[in-house]
Amino acid sequence: MSSADVGTAALVVGFGVALYAIGAGIYAGRTGRGEWAASARRAIYALLALLALAMALLEAAYVRSDFSFELVAQNSSTDTPAFYKLTAMWSSQAGSLLLWVFLLSLFSSAVLFLTRRRLRDIAPYATAVLGGVAAFFLFLMLFYASPFATLAAPPAEGSGLNPLLRHPAMMFHPPMLYTGYVGFTIPFAFAVGALLKRHTGPEWIRATRRFALVAWTFLGFGILLGALWSYSELGWGGYWAWDPVENASLMPWLTGTAFIHSIMVQEKRGMLRIWNASLIVATFMLALLGTFLVRSGILDSIHAFGESTLGKPFLAFIAFALVASVALVASRREDLRSDARIDALMSREVFFLLNNLVLILICVVIFWGTFFPLISEAITGTEESVGPPFFNKITTPLALALVALAAMGPLLTWRRNSLALLRRAFVFPLGAALVTCLALLAFTDAGEGGLALVMFSLTAFVGAVVAQEFFRGARARRTMTGEAPPVALSRLVGRNRRRYGGYIVHVGIAVLLLGVAGSSSFNDQKDVRLAPGESVTIKDFEVTYREPTVAIDQDASGTGAPLSFGAVLDVRDGDGNTFTMRPSRNYYPSQSAAMGPVGRFFEGEATSEVDLRWGLDRDLWLAIQPNLRQLEGPIRRADDLPEELHGEAIVAVARHYAENPPPAAFRAIVSPLVAWIWIGGAIVMGGALLALWPSPEARRRRVTSLYAARLGRELSRA
Amino acid sequence: MDPTRKRKIRLVVLLSVAVLLATALVYVSFDTGRSQLLPSEALEQRPSDAFELGGTVVVGSVEETGDELRFAIKDPNGPAQIPVEYSGSVPDPFREGREVLVDGTLEGGRFVGEPNTMTTKCPSKFKAAES
Repeated sequence: MSSADVGTAALVVGFGVALYAIGAGIYAGRTGRGEWAASARRAIYALLALLALAMALLEAAYVRSDFSFELVAQNSSTDTPAFYKLTAMWSSQAGSLLLWVFLLSLFSSAVLFLTRRRLRDIAPYATAVLGGVAAFFLFLMLFYASPFATLAAPPAEGSGLNPLLRHPAMMFHPPMLYTGYVGFTIPFAFAVGALLKRHTGPEWIRATRRFALVAWTFLGFGILLGALWSYSELGWGGYWAWDPVENASLMPWLTGTAFIHSIMVQEKRGMLRIWNASLIVATFMLALLGTFLVRSGILDSIHAFGESTLGKPFLAFIAFALVASVALVASRREDLRSDARIDALMSREVFFLLNNLVLILICVVIFWGTFFPLISEAITGTEESVGPPFFNKITTPLALALVALAAMGPLLTWRRNSLALLRRAFVFPLGAALVTCLALLAFTDAGEGGLALVMFSLTAFVGAVVAQEFFRGARARRTMTGEAPPVALSRLVGRNRRRYGGYIVHVGIAVLLLGVAGSSSFNDQKDVRLAPGESVTIKDFEVTYREPTVAIDQDASGTGAPLSFGAVLDVRDGDGNTFTMRPSRNYYPSQSAAMGPVGRFFEGEATSEVDLRWGLDRDLWLAIQPNLRQLEGPIRRADDLPEELHGEAIVAVARHYAENPPPAAFRAIVSPLVAWIWIGGAIVMGGALLALWPSPEARRRRVTSLYAARLGRELSRA
Repeated sequence: MDPTRKRKIRLVVLLSVAVLLATALVYVSFDTGRSQLLPSEALEQRPSDAFELGGTVVVGSVEETGDELRFAIKDPNGPAQIPVEYSGSVPDPFREGREVLVDGTLEGGRFVGEPNTMTTKCPSKFKAAES
């Protein structure tokens, strides 16, 4: 039996096990029989083991370049670098489905293990839901896109990994996104369980909020990696294009953000239960939609590399899940009544609600714009699309409103606030924002940016709010305990990780949006054609094309490209500092038989290797598009040479380019503050980690509850 | 005011705001939206406004002169084709025989593309297998 057969067998058995988990979970949920609940849970553990085996088998096939596997032949090759062999799996459709369901079984096992002694009423149904989602993905792999499909006549060499994807960020980006998508399945499953059991209190939220936060963090990190890849690998110089697939990943992140905020209102005040249940349903649906959009090719996009047959079953599943969830929430609306009412407009819960509404509004706008081609075709008959201007126009004011709300939220307390309290809380942050605004107007040309200036001031506002919160908390603690200020601060944060981690996330988001505002408002771009010796001036940089470069079999960034044409450029900035930059373009041999044996090395895929000069104030970004047209003559002559001379001929043709360099096309971009997008992202991740880290209290609570549970069991036995 | 009446008013206000926002969204999107047309459709409708022309780059049609790129786009499944003039950034996967989208206007028989609006669909070599 070949390893492909073992893999297929693992999927078949996994499918059966997942179906069993559904049945056992539902039976346990209806009868309350604990042994069936335990059996359903163990079925999920077994699923994890089976899928881990399947992953290992497929990875092993990639590592040994076993081209009898269809997937390996399609997106790997013997000359693909080892790192990219390992990660090539998720550039294929079937491989990414396997990754999805593997991550799902991993997360499901984790949450079911952690709740094995709690939530006895909800967990069985949640197990059934998780089993159901896993069963659907296994069904897709078994009947539509098998990762273990084999080729009767394996080719001698594979097609190789898409050169555009040969970037470290691109390899981590899909698993991060999928971890996010999958992570939101966990609170969804428990929400369904809670609704079915009509136990709509905060228990399901407490049990799964950490998973929601993990999912949110990974999804956000995945989106950011995608942006970084776009900026530093794609030769256009932007980080966000409002591409359908980018939008698809942003939408569940937005509703997820709303969810992790509004569950706090339910925990503290018992309100917004319908809202929370609806939000997690929406987030899960959007996560499914995100997976589906990438894989269906329904909307034109550079990502839509599978105009595949997955569309129909996927849509059917989404429709089924959506209808079932909405019906479930609607049928439980009596159980979801709030415990409390809103007392005053100026209260934290109202600001949470407003922030939620703005997030949902942004999500609706993005959804509308993304699906506009389909909507307009249904209404008017012609397919129309809205571009980045539409999204920028509408989301910019909404994003500003969001930051303003996020800044003010922490200043308000729950229930109601007195005017004196508000005055005391707002004076310093508002002052800081005002001073920043005036200083920017006086000393910089930020005033020309319009809304960018608003964003800069808001960032100062958020920063001041958070600094004030840290200061006040530490001062209060110091007064009570008499600790030294640093001790008071670290203990304060340590005891309230979720809260202070959240504040740090706010600062990170504000800093990130500051980078977005700066780079989109004050961006300078020049597309020029330069011959060696010529220069171009952009902002205060003078960029001179010194000489062409040709690299044969020595690609610096390890992407496995045999040929690379580039340039050495001398740059002089306004202060007279000089440095050199070396953008290049990698050429990957084409597998097409129509091209000549030498020509295919020059006329296959090519990708930009951008050179970036990072700076806190601005980036200088350079890309080159060499003109290889004059090589056509030498290439045709080389194609006719006998085979043993082809290697030398390629070198000779490449040298010919270096010796007679034609003018090359360059794109130069000076983008201010881009670095702050990545710095802001790092701050967000730091804050999220802080919020996720288990606090000593939580550990103690867990131990106490374990003890209580054991005591309860022993008492019931006695 | 009695609470049910208050709730009703609140509902009406919220709904009107929602309707207003939705109308604005629909208006803005149809206003900024651009039709995507195939060469055959563009030749038939002859739109006077800007639109997005999509189709396959005709093999053997690509010509580079200075900063300008000239090529022809044809229907993927038909003979209709339109010559295109374009300047600005060319995405990495641009090749003869690939599918591209360009924003621009029809001037006479030629399509004049707006700079830096070209997008390509992903290379067929990397398409998932038709299973």
